[in-house]
Amino acid sequence: MTEAIKGFTNKLGLPRLIIGTFFLLLFIMAIILKLPVNTLMSDTIRRFGMYGVLVLAMVPAIQCGTGPNFALPLGIVCGLVGGLISIEIGLIGALGFVGAIMISLPFAILAGWSYGILLNKIKGSEMLVATYTGFSVVFFMSIMWIFLPFKHPEMIWPIGDGLRVTIALDSTFGQILNNLWKFPIGGVEIPTGLLLFFLLSCLCVWLFTRSKLGIAMKAAGDNPKFALVSGINVDQCRIVGTILSTVLGAIGILVYAQSYGFIQLYQAPLMMAFPAVAAILIGGASASKAKISHVIIGVFLFQGLLTVALPVANEIVSEGNLSEVLRMIVQNGIILYALTKVGGGE
Amino acid sequence: MSNTNHVEVLEKTKESEAISLKMKSFFIDHSVTILFIIICLIGVKISKLPLFFITSELLTRISRNSFLVLSLIIPVLAGMGLNFGITIGAMAGQIAIIAVTHWGITGIQGFLLCGLLSVPIAMIFGYLIGTLLNKTKGQEMITSMIAGFFANGIYQFIFLFAVGSIIPMKDPIMMLSSGIGIRNTVDLSKNVGIKYALDNLKKVPAIKVLLIALVATIIIYSGIRFYKIKNSKKKEKFITGQYLSTMIGCFVGILICSIFMFHEGIPNNLKMITKIKLPIATCLVIAGLCLFNVMIVKTKLGQDFRTVGQDNHIAKISGINVNKIRIIAITLSTLLAAWGQLIFLQNIGTLNTYGSHVQIATFSIAALLIGGASVSRATIGQAILGTILFHTLFIVSPMAGKNLFGDAQIGEFFRAFVAYGVIGLSLGLHAWRKRVGVKSKLE
Amino acid sequence: MQEKYVLQMKNIEKDYFGNKVLKSVSLSVKPGEIHALLGENGAGKSTLMNILFGMPVIHSTGGFDGEVFIDAKKVDVKSPKEAMKIGIGMVHQEFMLVPGFNLTENIKLNREITKKNLLSKISGNSLNFLDRKKMDKDARKALDTLEIGLDEWAKVAGLPVGYMQFVEIAREIDKSNVKLLVFDEPTAVLTESEADNLMKSMKKIAASGIAILFITHRLDEVIKAADNVTVLRDGELVATRKKEDTNVLDLAELMVGRKIKVTNKLEDDKKNRKDHESILSIKNFRVNMPGEAVKGIELEVKKGEILGIGGLAGQGKVGIANGIMGIYESTGEVRLRGENLKLNNTREALKSGLAFVSEDRRGVGLLLDSSIEENIVVTTMQIKNEFLNRFGFFDQIDSKSIRSHGLKMIKDLDIRCTGPTQLTRRLSGGNQQKVCIARALTLEPDVLFVSEPTRGIDIGAKKLVLDLLVKLNKELGMTIVMTSSELAELRAVCDRIAIISEGKVEGILEPSARDRDFGLMMAGEYRKMYSKEAL
Repeated sequence: MTEAIKGFTNKLGLPRLIIGTFFLLLFIMAIILKLPVNTLMSDTIRRFGMYGVLVLAMVPAIQCGTGPNFALPLGIVCGLVGGLISIEIGLIGALGFVGAIMISLPFAILAGWSYGILLNKIKGSEMLVATYTGFSVVFFMSIMWIFLPFKHPEMIWPIGDGLRVTIALDSTFGQILNNLWKFPIGGVEIPTGLLLFFLLSCLCVWLFTRSKLGIAMKAAGDNPKFALVSGINVDQCRIVGTILSTVLGAIGILVYAQSYGFIQLYQAPLMMAFPAVAAILIGGASASKAKISHVIIGVFLFQGLLTVALPVANEIVSEGNLSEVLRMIVQNGIILYALTKVGGGE
Repeated sequence: MSNTNHVEVLEKTKESEAISLKMKSFFIDHSVTILFIIICLIGVKISKLPLFFITSELLTRISRNSFLVLSLIIPVLAGMGLNFGITIGAMAGQIAIIAVTHWGITGIQGFLLCGLLSVPIAMIFGYLIGTLLNKTKGQEMITSMIAGFFANGIYQFIFLFAVGSIIPMKDPIMMLSSGIGIRNTVDLSKNVGIKYALDNLKKVPAIKVLLIALVATIIIYSGIRFYKIKNSKKKEKFITGQYLSTMIGCFVGILICSIFMFHEGIPNNLKMITKIKLPIATCLVIAGLCLFNVMIVKTKLGQDFRTVGQDNHIAKISGINVNKIRIIAITLSTLLAAWGQLIFLQNIGTLNTYGSHVQIATFSIAALLIGGASVSRATIGQAILGTILFHTLFIVSPMAGKNLFGDAQIGEFFRAFVAYGVIGLSLGLHAWRKRVGVKSKLE
Repeated sequence: MQEKYVLQMKNIEKDYFGNKVLKSVSLSVKPGEIHALLGENGAGKSTLMNILFGMPVIHSTGGFDGEVFIDAKKVDVKSPKEAMKIGIGMVHQEFMLVPGFNLTENIKLNREITKKNLLSKISGNSLNFLDRKKMDKDARKALDTLEIGLDEWAKVAGLPVGYMQFVEIAREIDKSNVKLLVFDEPTAVLTESEADNLMKSMKKIAASGIAILFITHRLDEVIKAADNVTVLRDGELVATRKKEDTNVLDLAELMVGRKIKVTNKLEDDKKNRKDHESILSIKNFRVNMPGEAVKGIELEVKKGEILGIGGLAGQGKVGIANGIMGIYESTGEVRLRGENLKLNNTREALKSGLAFVSEDRRGVGLLLDSSIEENIVVTTMQIKNEFLNRFGFFDQIDSKSIRSHGLKMIKDLDIRCTGPTQLTRRLSGGNQQKVCIARALTLEPDVLFVSEPTRGIDIGAKKLVLDLLVKLNKELGMTIVMTSSELAELRAVCDRIAIISEGKVEGILEPSARDRDFGLMMAGEYRKMYSKEAL
């Protein structure tokens, strides 16, 4: 009997089990507290699609062997630049969104490529250097947001220099995916476009992992020595993985922004890598292994947990933001757990 | 005749080549520090802040921050890298402050009680971090950083939600109106807290302290050299280049100090500098920590730190309990960070319950690295120099940004970029050197 | 008890999971004696030493049988620390020195002399100050005993390798109670003159009454330095000789011996191959592989043969295949079917018809968390673009052909598994090896390099893997270059065997050649001997 339980937990993974149970408990509490369950469901689904692509960006990074991409802000600022230029040149609606992605691509590819070269020089310390690369890029771009010559009246401060902290997307591509083929089921809103876009992204990444290059990349990440002996250029594979992750980060932030309705600049991207890393780890990935299923399960559990926790926590303690504290504990706890599994250099 | 001349010239060029090579390696080794000296000088110039303001502000900040920076040295010695976990030590200090302020014990008694109370708390935290880091060898720095974030979550949970509900506490001044949770800011000023408890014990004009310190340096340094040479088998000259330059530096310093103090013809804005006062008690505590750091290296424990730091495996083979030594190193660092936070906060005067500790690790580590330290090597001198440079940048960058670009924010972003950038850069450089080292070892 | 012994080991037996590695081995060492322990890799030398030092690996695998006496007192050493306490010291093969420390600090590592101070009186000994003066004095004394002119305050980092060994020795003799010193292949990394110095020092130490147990496979050193020799082979005590009663030839024969009968290779079959053209010719080939450096070899591989590459560990035999495949940096000339092979380029080597089964099966040979079929096809997919479906610019793996090829290989090579999707991590060693071979075969190579094919797999599986190689050779006419530490298996399957010593080919022998010749070649004495005879 205990053996069976052990096997079960092993298969499911302890963190997934704990978070899953916790999520369920909160959900039951929400029902007991008579909170509007359909709104909670809608929110969960919306946030699932909103964060999905950002979490998906972790997959190529982990698969190519550079570990969870803590330098996600690098991709994010590329996406932001794409979004801003798209607005600046007056693209709106679907064209604005597609344009934003298209414009951000060259930036993201270039940034990912140079960052990949950097990562190849510091093998073994990727995670820490990535974190600080991400941090410093955010502050570097904060200076840039003031200097860059954007002129569009909706983006710049009416008085003074530089771009606003938050830029509303109502008139451009806000909610463009969320509203696409949206339909309600029993009070639960299904943002079809958003979900389709996320699942399509997943499909693309999945197809890539089954291509020749994808297989080479996975081998390079799994066992660099094996890859070397099989005539695979390990460094190149790592660069490809990093570029892909950066590009997905750029697309991810645009999906996030259109769903949120605002582009957030300055320090907003600073900590964005951590929830994404936590989500994929909750989904069952480790610092060296990740699959698409981990993304889908992880982002659903983590975002669902946070969505439901907020109103439930507010019912129990009206003061302060318990849900934010919960996010910090869960998010960093799971990363710590994953780090202890990396195994040291003993 | 011409021949000897030729030889002489040749020797001279050789000599100058050697010197230029030395200079080159000096500049490469200290490139970060030199770069920052230049940036700081430019910043000082652009900001147009009066020298008096910069100096006095700088002295305050040095006395406020250097203890925290110094608390980073021991883990570096033990090969655990830069301890991003000093944030957790800072939390231990803050827990002690909240308790002591709640009990209403003020002034120096309050401060000492805080110091005492933070010992067991910091030791427990340190033990926990150490255990965690032993499970994540090779990834200590990222682990200690994430551990800091994690602990921050728990800290917030305790002081926002648990206090007043699970932990019984009643204090209308410190707590939120609902009776649950501590306010965002806790006033530590004179009548209610520990503000300036240490700083105001005794204040002495900085210039006098400097003068005394310079004289003391001359006497003590000469004494040490004399003693060393007498006892050493190695044949050395009493007067080496280093000795000579130190002595000259000290005498020049004394001369400048004397001019400032006794000469009447100095313009008023410079004369102001003599009015700057130094919190002597705080300085003594910091000096005490420096002394402690020096002494610990000379003990058996210090030797164990060094052995573990140099090579885990060999240390283990030779019978050292590596894990225990690492836990001790981290615990010491955590405890020192707790005390450092106490010194920091008694100077600031208000406790920002949920913010004071957050940036401590980043800023302290950036300061240490700017001073020229690396992940595997850090000295007291680097810590102090780094603190001076980093905080000069801190003081001048908003004004410099405003004067240059008409926006103070740019200066603030710039210094944050610099702090994160310099950490990223040195970590990257360290990792790169390590890899190159491994490669060349194989060849 | 007519004679006094420092160390006596009596009837030591040890098995790892039913696999006997030591069979009734006895060993006696007198004070002041230099006793050599001679044997091939895997003869049981290190296991015997692990028992002596009470290494955890012994206790965690069920202990051992037999008795150990130190100074005629029966002891039961449970940990290396205890061994140290009763006076047994070890000079390690790889240096246990801290490069950033000076000689004194290294000699006194974790045995620092301390003195009390105010603080330590309260808080305990770990805050005692180091007494550097006393430490320096002790270190000086130890260094003087070895007659080393190094300064005790010099850092280890800049020392030549030869001196590092002496620092290690100085550390051991500085331990006040040391009675027995074990030298584990101390000359492996030394130059000849350094090795001579070491011998002198050893004699000096022995003269002071400390016994020395000297593990080696260099025969001339045994004759030069040792008083007595114990030879182990396959976990058995072959002989214990006095130096006066033996010579290099005798020892060579004792060390190798014949273990299994040369198998079913038909003599005429071999004759035929003799005239075959050479498929791979290697000239002045050097490989920069740490620990297995190749220092200029000349070798011809003939089409359709199985060429064995043998030799002791660390002599460079493993480096040859690794170098040709471009895994470690190499220089020289390699011609495949008469054409120059681009060196240092794995892709090129694979493309031109070479394949490699690595000696490090789990570390290099397999993707442990991928399925069997994926492991089998991945290299071929990358090199030859097979097992792929193309859609314009994009390609996708062809699951169908991968599955059918995987099943075919599983059947052909008789890989015991639950199915082609089983993870290779869960397979046994022998089956993992078969997957590695299957991966190499999928490339359809002209020349197959196989390194240590039977390392770490059980006896039954060993035979299967060797039979498989012979079958491939016979049925497909595949040229095979097999590198192995086990001379017996080389002699069982190969047509010719090249023995590598000190990074060079010492000689090439028929499998049926005399034991003595193999022994001399492995010990690197064959040429010396041969040239002497010629004179």
